[in-house]
Amino acid sequence: MGIKASHASYALRVQSAARDELTLSLSGRVSLDDADRLLAELEHLSTGPTVAVKVDLADVSYMDSAGVLTLFRFEEKTRRGGRALVYLNIPERIRGVMELIDRQALTILPHRGEGARAGFVEAIGRAGVRLYTDFRSLMTFLGDLVAALGHIVGHPRDLRWGDVLFTMRRTGAEGFPIVALISFLIGLIIAFMSSLQLKQFGANIYVASLVSLAIVRELGPIMTAILVAGRSASAYAAEIGTMRINDEVDALITMGFDPIRFLAVPKLIATVLVLPILTLYSDIFGIAGGLVVGVMGLDLTPYTYLQESQRTITLFHLISSLLKALVFAFVIAWIGCQRGFQVRGGVEEVGAATTSAVVTSILLIVVVDSVFAVVLHYVG
Amino acid sequence: MGKAEAIAPNLKKAGDPPIIAVEGLDACFGEVTILEKVSFEVRRGEILCIVGGSGCGKSTLLKHMIGLLRPAAGAVLVEGVDIAAAGEELLNSIRREIGVLFQSDALLASMTLEENVGLPLEGLSALSRETVRTIVLMKLAMVNLKGCENYYPAELSGGMRKRGGLARAMVLDPKVLFFDEPTAGLDPINTAELEKLIREINTGLGTTIVIVSHQVDLVRRLADRVMLIDRCEKGIIAMGAPEELRDSATDPRVREYLFRPDAGQGKG
Repeated sequence: MGIKASHASYALRVQSAARDELTLSLSGRVSLDDADRLLAELEHLSTGPTVAVKVDLADVSYMDSAGVLTLFRFEEKTRRGGRALVYLNIPERIRGVMELIDRQALTILPHRGEGARAGFVEAIGRAGVRLYTDFRSLMTFLGDLVAALGHIVGHPRDLRWGDVLFTMRRTGAEGFPIVALISFLIGLIIAFMSSLQLKQFGANIYVASLVSLAIVRELGPIMTAILVAGRSASAYAAEIGTMRINDEVDALITMGFDPIRFLAVPKLIATVLVLPILTLYSDIFGIAGGLVVGVMGLDLTPYTYLQESQRTITLFHLISSLLKALVFAFVIAWIGCQRGFQVRGGVEEVGAATTSAVVTSILLIVVVDSVFAVVLHYVG
Repeated sequence: MGKAEAIAPNLKKAGDPPIIAVEGLDACFGEVTILEKVSFEVRRGEILCIVGGSGCGKSTLLKHMIGLLRPAAGAVLVEGVDIAAAGEELLNSIRREIGVLFQSDALLASMTLEENVGLPLEGLSALSRETVRTIVLMKLAMVNLKGCENYYPAELSGGMRKRGGLARAMVLDPKVLFFDEPTAGLDPINTAELEKLIREINTGLGTTIVIVSHQVDLVRRLADRVMLIDRCEKGIIAMGAPEELRDSATDPRVREYLFRPDAGQGKG
């Protein structure tokens, strides 16, 4: 009667069925993969008006904790239905597994609830508090950084010049190829796109003006800053964050060093020195990209192109470009180091700090650039 | 010159004022209180081991004792100076008297062993480069690392890094050396070597040593006094010499933690 469950590892069958008693016989191997199937089969076979259910385990050769748990779940459901459940011929090994399982622990409420999902208003409130805390932490670090910088200005011998040179090499020399390539391609793209329109009016020569002005005033500084933020702000955050979780920052404090002066100031000075130089290179390579399109696609001579570029760019443009680079460099070092010092927990926080360093510094670079755009519009 | 600089050399005399006194210390993280009203003294020249289960606040207490954390209430006095209230100059003079070996050795990865060990001299003294180098080489030899001065931490084994960290901690000949889980992650041979070094520093240089550890067998072999902290009590539940605690402690937690039958042989 009923179904005779057959499975590669276990078999469940009805041994005897009377009006008031049902005996099921389980045999073979019962393991984790069988848990859901076995429970369904047990429930299916035990449907009916019987008063008591017996499960004979005599022929079970192996049963793991998931198998025993399945029996307990079945027992629980049977008892809840007002019927008794008895195990027959429990092998010694299975009895041992049964004793290992704390059945009460399955029903105890957790110490901490899952926590209700925050409502819309609560979520906004929490985001606001997070934003405020982050802003305060950024500003506090900015104050500490400026104070440390002030100390170094007064005591230049306290600066770790070796670290400054090392960071200049990492940020500047090693970042140069990618900055040069991207700037060259951006110059090339702008020249190509603008030439499509200007060619129609016979105004090919203005491609040189457009490219040089766009590169020197806007794209050179901002592209360089974004690239350096991606490479170096993340590196600063990862380096300092890792030092924090390895107790290296604490060790510096116990040795009498101010960690901001020791770790952040050399990075700040190196970035401030290197970014304007990279920006100059970016300007040169951007204009060179435009020059390639001008000479090869617009029949301009290199001399004409460069003369037109020189006529367009003023000293004011160049100085404002470098000034922007200085401020961007400060932002990159400030955010990168602050995110590193913010790391408190384990390794996973270093990853979060690295991402946050890049995102926040790029965001602030764009904000600062917008302010520059407005100010320079009126000043220029 | 700071107050801590005018202190007599290490002497193990009865009646000497304690080198460190912790008075009614409360330690909190946010709204969670880790330690409550903790008071004890560290005697000059002793080896004091702070033990307790995971999360009971041992390392937190150590960070308060070395001035990395500020107490929510109470005070930590090093040579009578409240380190939470001390100004930078006084704090630096106190730091000259303190060396710390962190659990993760905390050697700076970007520096060679020589540069690492010489750092405290650079930070807290005005010695010439040549003198610094000589002192560093001497300290490296003391911890059996001679010839390794140009290695970077990543090139050293765990035991060598610990000894490098110890050389850095003792480069200023501090009056107190703190060890946070000194033998964590070390094999028995390196553990024995570090243990021997700790004993030699204590007896040879008279340095007071404070060890935070949960390795009971090491504690029982090394400690002059043991302090047991309990997470539920948020404070000290027993303090005394290992033999004294073994013979007279009535608190079952003390026996359970320090004198389980399967723990190693004791000092006494």
